[in-house]
Amino acid sequence: MAEDIKVDLELDLKGLLCPLPMVRVSQNIGKVSVGGIIKAIATDPGSLADIPSWAKSTGNEVIKSEKVEKDLIFYIKRVK
Amino acid sequence: MEEKKRKLSMVVFSGDMDKLMAAFIIGTGAAASNMDVTMFFTFWGLRALKKPVNTGKGFFGKMLGLMYGGDIRKAGPSKFNFYGMGRWMFKKMMAGKGVLSMVEFRNLALELGIKFYPCSMSMDVLEIEDKDFIKEAQPSVGVGFFIAEALESQITLFI
Repeated sequence: MAEDIKVDLELDLKGLLCPLPMVRVSQNIGKVSVGGIIKAIATDPGSLADIPSWAKSTGNEVIKSEKVEKDLIFYIKRVK
Repeated sequence: MEEKKRKLSMVVFSGDMDKLMAAFIIGTGAAASNMDVTMFFTFWGLRALKKPVNTGKGFFGKMLGLMYGGDIRKAGPSKFNFYGMGRWMFKKMMAGKGVLSMVEFRNLALELGIKFYPCSMSMDVLEIEDKDFIKEAQPSVGVGFFIAEALESQITLFI
């Protein structure tokens, strides 16, 4: 049902290693309004744990994540 | 409505490349997780804040400045440095994998608002002065300042 998610901002985080994927997400979350969605595409396997942890620490929400070939795709909702 | 930010205070004692890297990764990760981050650099860790200048006032201080000279780019790994060979190899390997260099890590930390404080007592011992540090370093402080910061922190680390 990925087609149903309205993405407000797409971030290409491919090739970035820890801690950069979560740093880039945090630097960009303010660019969407509350309730807005960032689609982040990473390749670092560490981000599988890091992005959801970041969301937990900051009070935001990963509404969906998927793996497409080598890409790890996260849909992150700005909650506050 | 204004929520008080959570806080991380870190003592950076080591001047080794690998340990500095860990310190900067944890620091930037915490800053990205909406925390206030304070890093206290003491003893060998002062290297991370130094400009590439010769330090020292007296004979021993100058000798130390020569032997332990250079800025953050001169930091070698804690194991397998082999008089600089290891540092060279690690730099190659890290760059090849797209890991940030030490200078880039330090810049990222500053960009995220992390505060760098040098320890005045170890500056005194090693004969390093304020003018030897990058301009972004805060004025030097003592242990009392760290304790006050640590008391307000949810996470404290010694690296």
